[in-house]
Amino acid sequence: MYKVLKREQIVPNIHLLAIESSSVHQNARAGEFVVVRADERGERIPLNLVDWNKDSVSMVFMEVGTSTSKLASLKPGDEIATLAGPLGKPTEEVQGKKIACIGGCYGIGALLPVIRMFKEKGNHVTTIIEARSEFLLYWQDKLREYSDEFQEITRDGTKGHKGHINDVLVDYIKKNNVDMVYVQGCTYLTYLCSEITRPSGIKTIVGLNPIMVDATGMCGVCRVIVAGETKFGCVDGPEFDGHQVDWDNLIARRKIYINEEISSLSFYECERYG
Amino acid sequence: MAKIVPKKTAMREQPAMERTKNFNEVPYGYSEQEAIQEAKRCLQCKRPTCMQGCPVEIDIPGFIDLIAQRDFRGAIKRLKDKNVLPAVCGRVCPQEDQCEKLCVLAKKYEPVGIGRLERFAADWEATQGEAPVPKKPKPTGKKVAIIGAGPGGLTVAGDLIKLGHAVTIFEALHAPGGVLVYGIPEFRLPKVIVYREVDYLRRCGVNVVFDFVVGKTATIDQILHEYDAVYIGTGAGLPWFMNIPGENLNGVYSANEYLTRSNLMKAYLFPEYDTPIVRGKRVAVIGGGNVAMDCARTALRLGADAVHNVYRRSRKEMPAREEEIHHAEEEGVIFDILTLPVRYMGDEHNWVKEMECIKMQLGEPDASGRRRPVPIEDSNFITPIDTVVCAIGQSPNPLIPQTTPDLKTGKWGNIEINPETGKTSKKGCWAGGDVVRGGATVILAMGDGRVAARSMDDYLKTGVW
Repeated sequence: MYKVLKREQIVPNIHLLAIESSSVHQNARAGEFVVVRADERGERIPLNLVDWNKDSVSMVFMEVGTSTSKLASLKPGDEIATLAGPLGKPTEEVQGKKIACIGGCYGIGALLPVIRMFKEKGNHVTTIIEARSEFLLYWQDKLREYSDEFQEITRDGTKGHKGHINDVLVDYIKKNNVDMVYVQGCTYLTYLCSEITRPSGIKTIVGLNPIMVDATGMCGVCRVIVAGETKFGCVDGPEFDGHQVDWDNLIARRKIYINEEISSLSFYECERYG
Repeated sequence: MAKIVPKKTAMREQPAMERTKNFNEVPYGYSEQEAIQEAKRCLQCKRPTCMQGCPVEIDIPGFIDLIAQRDFRGAIKRLKDKNVLPAVCGRVCPQEDQCEKLCVLAKKYEPVGIGRLERFAADWEATQGEAPVPKKPKPTGKKVAIIGAGPGGLTVAGDLIKLGHAVTIFEALHAPGGVLVYGIPEFRLPKVIVYREVDYLRRCGVNVVFDFVVGKTATIDQILHEYDAVYIGTGAGLPWFMNIPGENLNGVYSANEYLTRSNLMKAYLFPEYDTPIVRGKRVAVIGGGNVAMDCARTALRLGADAVHNVYRRSRKEMPAREEEIHHAEEEGVIFDILTLPVRYMGDEHNWVKEMECIKMQLGEPDASGRRRPVPIEDSNFITPIDTVVCAIGQSPNPLIPQTTPDLKTGKWGNIEINPETGKTSKKGCWAGGDVVRGGATVILAMGDGRVAARSMDDYLKTGVW
């Protein structure tokens, strides 16, 4: 069992979770993830690592189904059943590049270790975060610390640019000589950004979130088709070249258990709230 | 001398119609009377050939004689001298290819039911309360790390803790047992048996660390900074697919995923347990091994109307144990032999809905000595299905070889060892089981563990590699 040190809702439905761990940090690198299981009956789910030290690791997640609802109800001092990691391949370290980093939803948090690494390697980092409204944006100060430029987008215009990532990213890559785009967030955002940069051919690395079970390469549920080849998200990824990903397949595979996820959540809510 | 009894004492089991509705164990095991009766069939050969067939060198006539004399405590003690997992081996060992094959009786009659007697002794012990732990040996001061809490790793742990070494097992998953827990279904090997055996080792002083993925959480080199010797028993965890069109459709599983969801994650109890599994109505399981039989029988228990086992050779070439094929047949699995899937077709939501197969015929023997299946031209046909489980084999997990550059591996990513000692190319590292052999058996992994443990003990005592 692993002790919860902190669990707080950063903005509605987005939570920070810090778990006691003395082993995960020693090999942890930006872009990697951990697997957690809330309790003995829980599912194993992958969460991006956002921070780590010799005593703990932190993750940011969005509350959406049973597993994340269980995690969202944790209090300091509670315990979770599983914490394993770091897992996956770390973000490729590049130097001296101009990189646009885009984050949405839980991906805003997941950007943090990656832009910190990019900055430390001497890259020029432009961070762009997006949400529906200002109250859903977070961690601007933390992200600014490692960003040369910083932009916010809200759909309702309550903060920064009003509109979608489309307008901002298209404009930005037109005006700037961008070497690389890096995206963390939901499948739709990663897909969208890959399509935006496809005509220009700017290398676009996306952090994907296929369904996983063991997350060590054993089960193969996280299969992603990349450049026509089947890859395992957990050990070959979770980051891939967005221009090579078979998005239709990924989006369909994300929905394999959608009916079960809905019934599981109602079952859990019934058990919990009666 | 007693009269020879030609047939094995029968073992009662759950009727096929009933057992496909539950995940309870199929055979019930012997009663004391049945066990004694079967034990008395043993001729107590002066030079027992059965023992040559046992990879872990159990004193087979010895433990059987103790059962015949009703000394069940003595029998289990004799078994445990050589085998840390008797309740497991009694159930899942292919005895018909090992000890029982070499039983003298087998020349004319049915062999002694060695596996059933082993199971009986271990199950009897479990009814007697907590198994007593042997006296702790004098500590040697040496530390051993074992990677993977599967059958091989547990054997090494059992052997080395008895010799006074400090033993830590690092397990990637959240439960011990390896393939015994994620792979073999509850109806063939109840998990409580594995947990009981692991609990015994822990009470003997073995330390088990879970959720520790060696190769990621720490590398072999990092572990060697703190430990004097390492045993790698990480199994064959990388599933194979056939690389035919449609394998990434929704509803197409690897056997590893299907079984891990059902067994380790208890998806058969969804929604009480959170992990879901597709409860297909028309299921195709591809492959002819034990894993394929486990998947097919799991699919039936998950409520399938029709489960097809699709195998490209004939029934005679099936690598699965006769007992498993027999159980699957009894339960209603449909065997489509001499049949090879060539593609899967999906619906507009990316869900598999049809499978196209081609009929095969047997040609000349291939490298494995089995007749090679050859496609029959224009024999393609299409079957409607909603779930596919691909059980065609697996190769070793690459996480450790990838992060241990001086560990020599073969063509399939298998770790190369000296079979006499279990030593790898890297000083202080031993390996065995499926990570060396590819997909083999529980007992061969345990035999490898036994060989390696002996060599590790030598090294720890002498320091000579």
